[in-house]
Amino acid sequence: MTDRQPVTDWAADFDHMDARWVDDPFPIWDDLRQRCPVAHTTRYGGVHLPTRMADVRDAAYDTETFSNRRPVVRANLPNVPLPTPPISSDPPHHKPSRMLLLPAFTPQAIAPYIPVTRRICNELLDAIGTAPSCDAAVQFAQHVPVRVIASMLGVPQTDGDLFRHWIHVMLDDTVRDSPDSADKFVSASNEMDAYFRAHVEARKTDDGPDLISFMMRARFDGRELTERHFYGTLRLLLIAGIDTTWSAIGSSLWHLARTPADRKRLVAEPELIPTAVEEFLRAYAPVTMARQARRDGEIAGCPVKAGEMVLLAFPAANRDPAVFPDADKVIIDRKDNRHAAFGLGIHRCAGSNLARMEIQVALEEWLKRIPDFSLDEAQPVNWSAGQVRGPRTVPLRIGA
Amino acid sequence: MSDPTTPTSWRLVVDPERCQGHNRCHALAPDLFTVDNLGFASAAADRVPPGAIEQARLAVRNCPEFAIRLVSADPKGDAP
Repeated sequence: MTDRQPVTDWAADFDHMDARWVDDPFPIWDDLRQRCPVAHTTRYGGVHLPTRMADVRDAAYDTETFSNRRPVVRANLPNVPLPTPPISSDPPHHKPSRMLLLPAFTPQAIAPYIPVTRRICNELLDAIGTAPSCDAAVQFAQHVPVRVIASMLGVPQTDGDLFRHWIHVMLDDTVRDSPDSADKFVSASNEMDAYFRAHVEARKTDDGPDLISFMMRARFDGRELTERHFYGTLRLLLIAGIDTTWSAIGSSLWHLARTPADRKRLVAEPELIPTAVEEFLRAYAPVTMARQARRDGEIAGCPVKAGEMVLLAFPAANRDPAVFPDADKVIIDRKDNRHAAFGLGIHRCAGSNLARMEIQVALEEWLKRIPDFSLDEAQPVNWSAGQVRGPRTVPLRIGA
Repeated sequence: MSDPTTPTSWRLVVDPERCQGHNRCHALAPDLFTVDNLGFASAAADRVPPGAIEQARLAVRNCPEFAIRLVSADPKGDAP
């Protein structure tokens, strides 16, 4: 990794990998929203950052100007395209590649995984047992989505370390400016393809209930998927649902660990958990998605040149006081909550029903088993860098 | 006496061009919305039951895409 120039001007030279942003981005966004609502940087080849909900929404809806071909801002691009449909797709290809995936992620399709998720959470809580301390990210949050998606894909839950390694390489390590980042990205992608290829070959038929079999049955315009499309979508299914949901579960527990009133209320009123989850998703939205301008355009009057990137900062939009009263406060019974944690427009997170279910079940089961906990202030909380934000450590003291 | 300009019955309209399948409406008001096999929502019935108007409004106010409208279902008149 090369040396980073520290940021001195967030409006004209921001860096979303800067340590101050990683640790606490909220004051940066609040400041920008007031004095320069579309920030810019020449780092990473040129990136724009809208921080107001209205501007993020406009850019998300303008798929003619802003392409999804590069959903992650990277310092160095691999010289081979490695599409992951539909997240990397634009109209007109986007719709059929999304349609074929959606039936697997409706509320009805997700329902059978509620008891699976509950069992997974309880196995993790059994392992924590009656210990006086634990790490809610390392021992709980990071495992829940890994095991659920492994169960859905029909691959071993014990491969979780491998999945987390690939995610770290693809969404954090290779985002940074280093000479070998593009090669490492391609290697990880090839490793994932080889992993899935072995699981495809091990299947004698394509009629199983798992997502790999589901993808083997999928058709695009009536035809079998190309290998590039098939493996690209499988990579997406593995990557997209893990550190995102893990981050949301971790942020929620981090909040409850330092806010006893909210924790006690959810223990006493578990029926409020779904409402509280929406507020945690608003206030600590994990995901920022990128677009690339395919032609010259503008966001709120700020010119964007063809080829430049845009970070759709859904987490910043979710803190916009023009949309949310007391936007900087976490109000766990907030009723009107038109947040954008899962994106807006045609690229709405396809796994949002799954993610919401996992977060709700994880909090329900945690609070049943560990109702009394607080942040261990003596140890650090480390936040992930990049376009997915969440705590990678949540050190807790358990019990009164 | 009730205000003659206030509708006495209401219906929910989901704009299929705007709905992206967030399913917030279905989560908040499962009896008022149906979700198809792709996850897109539509109104479950022609009329909102009188006791469910607040639930309908909650769904309208939580739709991330502004895809839902609550409109008059009276023989005459349109959306307030």
